[in-house]
Amino acid sequence: MSRLALMTESRAETVVEGIYKDMERRIAASSSDVCPVDLTLAFLRMCHAQTCGKCVPCRVGLAQLGNLLEDVLNGRGDDTTLSKIEKLAHVIAESADCAIGFEAAKMVLKGLDGFREDYISHIEKHHCFAGTPMSIPCVGNCPAGVDIPGYIALVGEGRYADAVKLIRKDNPFPTACALICEHPCETRCRRTLLDAPVNIRGLKRAAVEGAGVVPAPECAPSTGKRVAIVGGGPSGLSCAYYLQLMGHQCTVFEAHSKLGGMLIYGIPAYRLPRERLQSDIDCILSTGVEVKLNTKVGEGEYTMEKLREEYDAVYIAIGAHADKKVGIEGEDAEGVWSAVSFLGGIGDGNIPDLSGKKVCVIGGGNVAMDCTRSAIRCGAESVSIVYRRRKEDMTALPEEVDGAIAEGAIMVDLHAPLKIETDENGKVAALWATPYMPGLIKNGRMNPSPSGLPDKRIPCDVVLVAIGQGIDFYKLESSGIPVVRGVIKGDDWTEVENAPGVFAGGDCVTGPKTAIRAIAAGKVAAANIDYYLGYNHTITTDVEIPDPNLTDRPYCGKINMSEREPGERRNDFELMEIKMTEKESCQEASRCLRCDHFGCGIFKGGRKKQW
Amino acid sequence: MVNVTINNTPVQVEEGTSILDAAKVAGINIPTLCFLKGINEIGACRACIVEVEGIDRLVTACDNVVSEGMVIHTDTARVREARKTNIELLLSQHRVNCPSCFRNGTCQLQKVASTLRISDTLSFKTEYPEDKWNDKLPIIRDESKCIKCYRCVSVCQKVQSLGIWDMVGTGAHTTVGVSNHRSLENADCAFCGQCITHCPTNALHTRDDTEAIIGVNGVMNDKDKITVVQVAPAVRAAWGEEFGLSPEVATEKRLAAALRRVGFNYVFDTNFSADLTIMEEGTEFLERMKHPEGKKFPMFTSCCPGWVRFLKSQYPDMVDQLSTAKSPQQMFGAVTKSYFAEKIGVDPENIVCVSIMPCTAKKAELDIPSINDAAEGCKDVDFSLTTREMCRMIKADQIDVAALPEEDFDSPLGTGTGAAVIFGTTGGVMEAALRTCYYVLTGENPDADETFKAVRALGSDKPWIEAEYNVAGITVKAAVVNGLGNARRLIRAIRRGEVEYQFVEVMACPGGCVGGGGQPIHYNEERAADRGQVLYNYDSANTLRFSHENPEIKAIYADYLGEPCGEKSHHLLHTDHHAWDMPEASVYDEDVVH
Repeated sequence: MSRLALMTESRAETVVEGIYKDMERRIAASSSDVCPVDLTLAFLRMCHAQTCGKCVPCRVGLAQLGNLLEDVLNGRGDDTTLSKIEKLAHVIAESADCAIGFEAAKMVLKGLDGFREDYISHIEKHHCFAGTPMSIPCVGNCPAGVDIPGYIALVGEGRYADAVKLIRKDNPFPTACALICEHPCETRCRRTLLDAPVNIRGLKRAAVEGAGVVPAPECAPSTGKRVAIVGGGPSGLSCAYYLQLMGHQCTVFEAHSKLGGMLIYGIPAYRLPRERLQSDIDCILSTGVEVKLNTKVGEGEYTMEKLREEYDAVYIAIGAHADKKVGIEGEDAEGVWSAVSFLGGIGDGNIPDLSGKKVCVIGGGNVAMDCTRSAIRCGAESVSIVYRRRKEDMTALPEEVDGAIAEGAIMVDLHAPLKIETDENGKVAALWATPYMPGLIKNGRMNPSPSGLPDKRIPCDVVLVAIGQGIDFYKLESSGIPVVRGVIKGDDWTEVENAPGVFAGGDCVTGPKTAIRAIAAGKVAAANIDYYLGYNHTITTDVEIPDPNLTDRPYCGKINMSEREPGERRNDFELMEIKMTEKESCQEASRCLRCDHFGCGIFKGGRKKQW
Repeated sequence: MVNVTINNTPVQVEEGTSILDAAKVAGINIPTLCFLKGINEIGACRACIVEVEGIDRLVTACDNVVSEGMVIHTDTARVREARKTNIELLLSQHRVNCPSCFRNGTCQLQKVASTLRISDTLSFKTEYPEDKWNDKLPIIRDESKCIKCYRCVSVCQKVQSLGIWDMVGTGAHTTVGVSNHRSLENADCAFCGQCITHCPTNALHTRDDTEAIIGVNGVMNDKDKITVVQVAPAVRAAWGEEFGLSPEVATEKRLAAALRRVGFNYVFDTNFSADLTIMEEGTEFLERMKHPEGKKFPMFTSCCPGWVRFLKSQYPDMVDQLSTAKSPQQMFGAVTKSYFAEKIGVDPENIVCVSIMPCTAKKAELDIPSINDAAEGCKDVDFSLTTREMCRMIKADQIDVAALPEEDFDSPLGTGTGAAVIFGTTGGVMEAALRTCYYVLTGENPDADETFKAVRALGSDKPWIEAEYNVAGITVKAAVVNGLGNARRLIRAIRRGEVEYQFVEVMACPGGCVGGGGQPIHYNEERAADRGQVLYNYDSANTLRFSHENPEIKAIYADYLGEPCGEKSHHLLHTDHHAWDMPEASVYDEDVVH
């Protein structure tokens, strides 16, 4: 008899591990639109399957909790059921011996707090509060509602120009989005249930690369109406594009010397080359948009009052171009730059020479990564990213963080900026930071605290502050446009309270968000401005979408976008990402499960051919 | 063209043909439940599953198209097993009580299940949901029968444009319910019943009122009551279908005989009051044309209660454009309990007026409080039965319909003209009205077969049809539309000023009353066109082709009413469409002014 044995995995255990992985992916790609009570019951049953069976609250209590939830779902609940569930869950949460029990009960309690009205609806009305589940996940998650399965099918058939036309029905920035969209469409891609989401953005890039110049559709006959668009960024230009197609004459007032907003003044050229962005803008302008550059509304000739007087409607989409301060000592020293001014300057073509200079970037978002990687391209000797939480807590896309590190950035996470040390000339000499350690998690966010190590001195010549942007309102507030908590108060219909004919959307309403959300706001505003002006124009396309192939869809790896070698790309502002080959895009397109045809997409919430 | 092989039979079909239709070409039937061509092609029931060579998973035939060289099998063990299992799964949640079910014999689930070797002991635990439903509504939903095919949802949305039904709930609890968390009482349902005639099972059915007629406590068992029945035009075109009889055998005269055998004291014809409607509505229209000041055009017909409900809820600002004339059913009830009651010297309270209608909305129409004008304290029409309910009563009496003699309707409310009988089909009301208007304006009758042929809309693939006539210096642009989705299209065009008409006939059901929600049900067969033809045959065979020539109509005006649109008519035969409320539409058309 041996004293100890090695643990080896049985076949059943191996398969169970595999199933766990499958379910993890399934949960990751789950819609939040399902009945939350039903979901709670399903998870509760899984938790119960994991109980070891030793203790009463977990072994019996979770089962009885499940029975009560089932009563609710089957319309057998009454006015006592909810309090029974609540009491039992509390007892389990407080008296279970280990986390298997108390965490399961806490999940139920969380739900009672978070979606109590769903429970009540089941009990009182015998039906669920939740609506029909999102039937085409990618379309439902795209703020602009782009017909994604449609254009993927077109790319699969090599009909690139048709794909671009189809995208433009809902988004006039196919090229910009092909390169820089945060692709929320991919987060719930049903393909994840098999292996991994479809590389949707990559396929959009294949479409725009293959299509060449695709002219804009014809505009509707002129209505004689005039609309002023304040701000020539993605939101304003999208709104202008659709309004022009509807026959309204738009004038865009842009404060900067170039159109594009944050797409040019925030996003570096190595991610979105200027000429590529210009191809989208050219198409938009080809519809007849009038443009006034270097024109800040609220300063000089054009005031909000004047625009409201002279135009039939106004769309405010001024973005979020004001910088935010960290609020530490030495922040006004020479060599401390805001992300907005640094990236904005590069956007205007003024690339600073940072050769031989040490740079510190404060922040952990995508803008911080843009600053980091731009600074490297400006020749900086070293670039350190200083961030008070951990690398994995950064809000930047993981591939952006990894890309920056690959290009030579130094990660200084868990360090909170303390002060900026200056030399005798008032120039930046170093950034001081306090070492932190991870702390308690509250509301899902980890709160770090000082670890006890001595403060760290990071010698540097330049500090780039990238901790978010605010909105520069010029004189909007005084002209009656409501501003609440630093943003314009606009609603889901992009209308502005107490200002008939004035609409607002994009970053100036939501705070700094993504390009696609700004584009979506422009689209919504265009529809509602059209309606406000007394019309009901529709935007549509005549592109026919291919029938889905009946071929099986074997498990198949996702094709990720590759980038130029770090050592090469770090030296220039040329486009960093490499497009898919035709063979690659064809295979990737074939991975699409065509949720517009299979599943509920063929029935409810299916294809929207016009808006 | 595409070449495919189905069960070893090579066939050539057009590109874009579904596997289902290609199989039909090859002479092979594929069972379906949820499939409704062009309207509900959602592949939900999985009964139409087939095997396609080269594809691992089974494929639905209804919503997938053939491709060149495709090799399809519909008869393999795999296909049989999958179909059988899926139908067994449906049956495990379906309250199977076929002998006592209204849809016994017309249920598609019953039909499909009976062909799949399903034994009487199901492989699965049966558990069907229960649902509480207001059994006073004309439309009843039985959750325990619903197979979640969503045909009702699609028909209501795509054909009728009302979207009353919707997919509700999520996950295993997903089912059909009234949209936007409403109850049917509070919904803008037209009660057209198209959801019922497109339901493959008995999940949606009409409220059955036969017990109140022939049951122990029914009116026929009450010695003090005199029962009067009226039969709508469209009923005679379809009732034989319930008995497997052709229209040549199941005639209107055999129908009169059958209803007499069921026990009605007087068997009358709604055709009589259809003629009466023409006299009133036609006169009203000519009045509006002669005195257009302050009137909005077009004038809409008002015979169809589903349409009236639709207009009141969707376009409340257009209600004044409805003719004030009551529907033939209600005109009939009004004269039965006044003119006829006086004639036979009976207190109207002791007369029970029953209508046989191709319609489910008529059940709601007779309950409108302001529509009862004949006698204090009683309804003008007491019960409205569908064609299906009437056939149920005839069957309950074990009447051998084919062996019945042909008998006439009773007098004085039993004579109808050819103009009246076509009321049951789209375009019929318009044509009947135009025939009489022509006479009123010129003093001569038009050619009944030819002059107004252009308004016969049956079989048209356009949303609506139009015709322009110039009679005695008056130009009338007329339009005819059937189906509420088409009606909405027409109204939008009118409101946008794209079209202009003076007179518009609307029938809520596709094809008109012949395609009504109360008619016999045949899975995936639209019989409106055939039934409409039966009515046109009745028209051309009738010696009377004009409402104004109906001798019983002449008599009622001479003896009782005076003149069309006169004071007595106004009281008995016209109604105020504003006097009752419809639940508001959940989503209004954008251009509706409130």
